[in-house]
Amino acid sequence: MAGISMNGLSKVYPGGVVAVDRLDLQVEDGEFFALLGPSGCGKTTLLRTIAGLEQSSAGSLSIGGRVVTDLPPGDRNVAMVFQDYALFPHMTVADNIAYPLRIQKVGRTERRGSAEETANGLSLAGLLERRPAELSGGQQQRVALARAIVSRPSVFLFDEPLSNLDARLRLEARTFLKRLQKELGVTTVFVTHDQAEALALADRMAIMEHGRIRQIGSPREVFARPANTFVANFIGSTPMNLLDATVADGSLHLACGTIPVPADVRSLVHEGDTLVVGIRPEYLTMTPGEHDDGLRGTVSVVENLGTYALVTLENEAQTFGVVTGEADEPALGARCSAVPQPGRVLLYGAEDGELITAERTEQQEPAEAAS
Amino acid sequence: MTPNSTEVVRRSLGRIGSYVFVCVITLFFALPMVWLVLTPFSTSPSYRVPSPSFTLHNFRDVAHNPYALGSLKNSLFLALGTMVLVVVLAALASYALSRVRIPGRDALLYALLLLSSIVTGTATMVPIFVMIYQLNLINTQTGVVLVMTGGLLPAAIFIIKDFMDAMPRSLEESARVFGASPLQILRHVVTPVVRPGLATIAVWAVVNVWGNFLLPYILLQDPGKQPGAVIMFNFYDEGGQPDFGLIAAFSLIYSIPVVVLYLVINKRYGFRFQGGIKG
Repeated sequence: MAGISMNGLSKVYPGGVVAVDRLDLQVEDGEFFALLGPSGCGKTTLLRTIAGLEQSSAGSLSIGGRVVTDLPPGDRNVAMVFQDYALFPHMTVADNIAYPLRIQKVGRTERRGSAEETANGLSLAGLLERRPAELSGGQQQRVALARAIVSRPSVFLFDEPLSNLDARLRLEARTFLKRLQKELGVTTVFVTHDQAEALALADRMAIMEHGRIRQIGSPREVFARPANTFVANFIGSTPMNLLDATVADGSLHLACGTIPVPADVRSLVHEGDTLVVGIRPEYLTMTPGEHDDGLRGTVSVVENLGTYALVTLENEAQTFGVVTGEADEPALGARCSAVPQPGRVLLYGAEDGELITAERTEQQEPAEAAS
Repeated sequence: MTPNSTEVVRRSLGRIGSYVFVCVITLFFALPMVWLVLTPFSTSPSYRVPSPSFTLHNFRDVAHNPYALGSLKNSLFLALGTMVLVVVLAALASYALSRVRIPGRDALLYALLLLSSIVTGTATMVPIFVMIYQLNLINTQTGVVLVMTGGLLPAAIFIIKDFMDAMPRSLEESARVFGASPLQILRHVVTPVVRPGLATIAVWAVVNVWGNFLLPYILLQDPGKQPGAVIMFNFYDEGGQPDFGLIAAFSLIYSIPVVVLYLVINKRYGFRFQGGIKG
């Protein structure tokens, strides 16, 4: 078991593209760590650099206290599950699972035993003699997991292992993966572009953009207090409302209404500042009719999402979303107000898009150190 | 006659016409096959498809001919030698060409492919003869194997490279992460995945060498070294007349290995010219 530590790790491709830009990151022992970001943000490159499939351009990388920066992939004691599972099509399930042991020169009977044991643990018992092409997507994924587990690596690296499954299976596999990781207690780095997946699975996560980390934190922290507008936009199944506002008379004046400046940052904003107010649709409480203390608008779209509905309110230049219970769905064209729940209003600088917070220096440390 | 029945008659005539046409064409292509199968067992072999009769006399002639059986061995040596060289070299070259990015790679491949049809073609026979002569490889089977290999390699590389390109990189990377060396990756992963492609070019190489007349005819003067395709050229009787019994019996024997090879490979791997893995 081992933690992963990166110091100033960079990967620059020959064409000059900076995929990973001077990253400092610690993944704790036994942690389920998610790397999240849009396509091309460098998350997969970072994972491949940890695996050793890409040679880092600068910085150092250690796994379990051992510097592995220049070691070939096979000497790093990591196991990787690829997006397409990379099962060897000409080998049976048993041979696939036992392959890492074959490379380690483990005897035939012993590796067969290990493969069977691992396969049983992942409910693959009856499938050992099949070829990968004869398995369903979910079974293939479990074979890939079994192959990763069998060599008892100190780190698991998962490259979007759920993205090739259909929606329902993905939920099952997600629960399964989380339970498995907790049982094995192996440090795991998980790459995904699906924020819901990262929130659901990870103990901690890093949100990346252009090869940099924009925020590191637990799913709860990242969801509740995105460190900047990029993260705010990216995290959450319904996008966060980001509305321009001006500070005047100790209040935030928006085109759609006026709300008080949150108490914790009152000392950090000044009269006349232009800011961006961030508030999740889930944290707005909607009431019919117009009220002074809240955001006002006309209902323009109602999207039913099962137990709740996403209501879009429009007012002059600003449009924002509110989540309401299924019982409170307003009629189209109705005038409504929405009041933020206490402590849920976030303020971002209009220029840099960074969160204005009393704990700013502390929270921003990793990102600041990287830049 | 109603318009409807005219239509029926017209259609029937059309169909009869097309069947007759197909029959004539089939007969045209089937006749040589029929000749090949029947003549070896005929008591009076000639140009014509023989009337039914049965004798093994012609096969005895083959067995007694001083060069016939030896030439089969020569053919086998030339074909297998070329096949091994082509398969091994094409596999290594196409793997490298598929995985390494060099500028002008595709142009190089196309140029090779274009040139390869010239190398073993009639146009270059004189330079090839001179070259092989100066290399002291004239009248050696090694010389024939080398020239044939050179001629077949580009197309073989071209075909195998397609299989290599179609193989997901993640397979190799996965093996690498588990600690496999490049040679282990080639042996455990790459070769088995592209095996249908290798089988295809192996058969193709054998068939090409087996049926080639011109090159061994020019490069091998000693009848003891000539392959079957060339030896047949000497099957005349004392009067200078072609010995049809001998030719037919030998042709039949000569064609069997290729047919068997094709059937075996097709059953095991199926012929494919496109790489890729069925999901």
